Amino acid sequence: MRHKEIAIEEHQLSYGKYIFGFVASVVLTLGSYVAVTKFTGDRNVIIAVISSLAFIQFIVQMLFFLHIGEEKEPRWKQLVMWFMIFIVLLIVGGSIWIMNNLNYRMTPEQMDQYLKSQDSL
Amino acid sequence: MSEATTLDLEKIEREATDKTLFGFWTYVMTDCVLFASLFATYAVLHGNTFGGPSGHELFKLPYVLTETMILLTSSFTCGLAMLAAQARDKKQVLIWLGVTFLLGASFLGLELSEFHKMVVEGNSWRRSGFLSSYFTLIGTHGLHITFGLIWMAVAGWFTYAKGLTESMRKRLTLLSIFWHFLDVVWIFIFTIVYLYGSLSV
Repeated sequence: MRHKEIAIEEHQLSYGKYIFGFVASVVLTLGSYVAVTKFTGDRNVIIAVISSLAFIQFIVQMLFFLHIGEEKEPRWKQLVMWFMIFIVLLIVGGSIWIMNNLNYRMTPEQMDQYLKSQDSL
Repeated sequence: MSEATTLDLEKIEREATDKTLFGFWTYVMTDCVLFASLFATYAVLHGNTFGGPSGHELFKLPYVLTETMILLTSSFTCGLAMLAAQARDKKQVLIWLGVTFLLGASFLGLELSEFHKMVVEGNSWRRSGFLSSYFTLIGTHGLHITFGLIWMAVAGWFTYAKGLTESMRKRLTLLSIFWHFLDVVWIFIFTIVYLYGSLSV
């Protein structure tokens, strides 16, 4: 009896979850594909839509393929995952912010001057 | 052996498996950070085409959608292999691993032929900052896929030769985490590189 309990505890995999995850991912992928190819609206609206669809698909695959929600306490895997998300946001957000800011502050004339001063070296 | 000792052994084995899974998971999460740096590089450099073609001119969305669907299906069939491993069904495991391998290999083939076409047309990574960051990001993903395929071939062979032992099922679980993770990364490549790219004029 005891043996059986352990075996059940070890796996919570089920066909339903994989099939749901797969179908949802296909629908979300096709959704963002159609949003880009068929709709001719405001570019920012389309970007917001496909970003949201990608985010939803990320959550779907984390839950149904990588089983992140099924971990028992203490949830070490989730802790590492949240730390990863924090670092990723820092790296990506920080890089885009700083580089765009540099771009903005460096006017085309300054850029030309800089390039010329580099040439003369 | 008394019942108590058996249980202890099972508990120890289980804890060891948990530790392996956690260690591998931590590796996968650090791999996410690697991909994040490449995404950040791409985000910063994607406009620097240096007179070369932009993503809008280069990317063929139906082609990329095919790649995406193939990788997504392979992620699903990898899950089916795990379900078969759970049911201790060796034949099914081998069948689904084989299907996953073929899908992964065709994904890699499509990606490489796309790369080849771009390089032949003179749009290699040397063309512009945009293309350097593009090839680095997609190439790193493709390299992961390549290693995943080698691993899958080895795991399939061991499963065939030695059967679904406890340690084999553990390795298959690690492989499935790796493969699903590559599909998760591809969601963002598909959206950020290809879909955003074809939107910008």
